[in-house]
Amino acid sequence: MSAPNVPTSHIGTAPRTLKDTLLPALAAAGLGIVLLFGAGFAPMEALHNAAHDSRHSAGFPCH
Amino acid sequence: MFSRIVATGAAAGIVAGLLLTGVQHLQVTEIIRTAETYEVAAEAKPVAAHTHTHTHEQAHEHEHAHEDAHKDGHKDGHKHGGWQPEPGFERTAFTALADVSMAVGYALLLSAVLTLRGKDSNWRQGLLWGAAGYAVFFIAPSLGLPPELPGTQAAPVVARQAWWLCAAGGMAAALALLVWGRHWSLKVLAVVLLAVPHLVGAPQPAVHGGVAPPELARAFIVASALANAAFWLALGALTGHFHHRFNGAR
Repeated sequence: MSAPNVPTSHIGTAPRTLKDTLLPALAAAGLGIVLLFGAGFAPMEALHNAAHDSRHSAGFPCH
Repeated sequence: MFSRIVATGAAAGIVAGLLLTGVQHLQVTEIIRTAETYEVAAEAKPVAAHTHTHTHEQAHEHEHAHEDAHKDGHKDGHKHGGWQPEPGFERTAFTALADVSMAVGYALLLSAVLTLRGKDSNWRQGLLWGAAGYAVFFIAPSLGLPPELPGTQAAPVVARQAWWLCAAGGMAAALALLVWGRHWSLKVLAVVLLAVPHLVGAPQPAVHGGVAPPELARAFIVASALANAAFWLALGALTGHFHHRFNGAR
């Protein structure tokens, strides 16, 4: 990423703006939060039971 | 860019998640199973007493429903109803799935932050990020809400989840301010953010205690602290490595 001449079609050799990294980073972080919510926080009974041991050992509040 | 962040998160998360499942098997899982045997024993007693108080005049249907509910809940020592994985391979497989989901989630957050930082990284810098993640997502919440065994008395789960997020968020903001803050007032703010959730205090149950012996509860805290330390260092190093591989090494 620090290499300025990354051959991408739409960005070319222009220096990256905040928008080029901020939106993808926020989207990826949002996806990460969805995965974490499903594994660690979601109240649904089946999800809780499936992830039970993971939640306990990761220190997520459980039950 | 998005696909590179996701590729980094997925690669690091899958490896670290499976590693976590392996490390949990060394101690953590065994302690949870042992605690559940105490949970079953504790639940069995009041049920027996309760059945004796029933007279034959009471509706049989009600008793049957009651018994069924208990039978279901006691299947593998867990008081929750609904579907649950069978003990053995199925339960381990779902634990692995949950571990990987959690690990990919954390790796995506870390990978997004590395991308926003805009610098190349390697596995050694990744180790530092992993240590920070351990402090934010394990140590800070555990200071108020230590990892709990099944069958431990606790405050309502939503209140504890909210406090957990405040403790983690406070620690994350505090670390960022301590590392990158230039002005002394930012360092003071960092200490305040760090301390406030713990001064307010984690939600506590009306009565403390659990069905498992205190030594087992302590052993569980040590075992999960070690397992999570190994997990976070691996996750950080792997995320740093794959971030370099997918972005910097061209």
